[in-house]
Amino acid sequence: MLKVVNIGLTLALVVFTALAFDFTNGFHDTGNAMATSIATGALSPRIAVFLSAALNMVGAFLSFSVAATIASGLVNLGAINLTVVFAGLCGGITWNLLTWYFGIPSSSSHALIGGVIGASLAAAGSHAVKWQGLVSKVIIPGVLSPFIALGIAAVGTWLVYRLSRDVPTQTRSHGFRIGQIGSASMVSLAHGTNDAQKTMGVITLALVASGSLASGSKAPSWVIVSCALAISLGTWIGGWRVIRTMGKGLTDIESPQGMAAEAASASAILLSSHFGYSLSTTQVATGSILGSGVGRKTEVRWSVAGRMVSAWIVTMPAAGAVGAMAYAIANGIGGNAGIILVFLAVVAIASTFYRLSRKTKVTPQNVNDDWPGTVRTSHGHGHGHGHGQRERHVGRIKPLDERDAL
Amino acid sequence: MNAWVNWDALWKICLIGLICGAGLPAIFAIGLKALSLPANGASAVRAADDDDRIYFGNIWGAMAAAVCFAIVLAAIGLGIYWIVSS
Repeated sequence: MLKVVNIGLTLALVVFTALAFDFTNGFHDTGNAMATSIATGALSPRIAVFLSAALNMVGAFLSFSVAATIASGLVNLGAINLTVVFAGLCGGITWNLLTWYFGIPSSSSHALIGGVIGASLAAAGSHAVKWQGLVSKVIIPGVLSPFIALGIAAVGTWLVYRLSRDVPTQTRSHGFRIGQIGSASMVSLAHGTNDAQKTMGVITLALVASGSLASGSKAPSWVIVSCALAISLGTWIGGWRVIRTMGKGLTDIESPQGMAAEAASASAILLSSHFGYSLSTTQVATGSILGSGVGRKTEVRWSVAGRMVSAWIVTMPAAGAVGAMAYAIANGIGGNAGIILVFLAVVAIASTFYRLSRKTKVTPQNVNDDWPGTVRTSHGHGHGHGHGQRERHVGRIKPLDERDAL
Repeated sequence: MNAWVNWDALWKICLIGLICGAGLPAIFAIGLKALSLPANGASAVRAADDDDRIYFGNIWGAMAAAVCFAIVLAAIGLGIYWIVSS
């Protein structure tokens, strides 16, 4: 009887942590779909995040394929138990919060995979990880995806600008804003189908590991509903810091370019999931924005992009290290006490990042301010201008302050 | 198909990605261009430059534009179908 109660409590904590991860996944990735629309003024910031949240919700319900467990093919499932899943989620959440604080669009999926792999390594050693699966399913696509997206977006942007050059300015910006909303909506929808599924898979995995579900079961409907809600809520909150970097930090974005970038992202994401090749939504979206800058032959801040790439490389090892540490602590203390302690530690980390972020607040009001080299806005604490502006002039670029940004 | 790199999926993603991801915005751009063609002979006189409306200057242009936008919408429909069926 006591054992049942114990498993119940642990499972509840794991499920809660998984939903918390889903929430961070939501706000971390709002920018993938909506950064360009917000930057060009095609949508007001609040409407953009609401639309994206609604479409993520729809997306989460659209795809009824068995939620692919994120660990299958990457980790020997024998090594998976509740503590490993829990520690992996802690690694993913911590890395997502850190990169969010610095306004870096990094892959939430890589953070989760890194966390689970780190925890599995700590639990069962290197034979627990299928290294070939890791390289062929995660690392190689991760390296290629930004380049594929960059290429498609560069060609698309070049074509769009060439074809529409003698369209009157007003028609052009109005028309492409509509197109931009359409293509950004597709990215949001695709995001809901992909990323909400991943957390559904993790929770299902936890239910199977705890013996509550038979192995090979589909995600129960309460799992689908709660994951859809968690990711939409996160998206609706809006990761303004990441949105700001993607919309203003990489390059100046006009509406034709934003449309081309989102169309490239949407098609790359949808095609890759169709052909069973898992690309990171975030890396695709970032590559597309860079490519659209290249295609328009405007200034691209490669230094900002370079910092992102370094964060992408560090994502899996770093989340893995946190995952491994979380496992070591939870397992070392043992039982519920260990999991509760690690849970409290993650809550403490989360609230620390939240408090830190209040000091350099990025809000719907200042998200479009000129880029002074960091995610911080030049106008201090959340009361900048930039509200309601449409097509943007090229912002004055101040020297990069490396200490602030990374 | 190779154990490390799935070339088969990769080239399809690149090629179809280019057709959809770059081609559809291009078709959309052609549609906008067709939509804003000036009426026969008349130079495109715009009431106010800060007006955001799209002008239907030319009936053939508008029809060509409709075809372009229909292609784009059909592709989006196919995309959603893919999401649901995959």
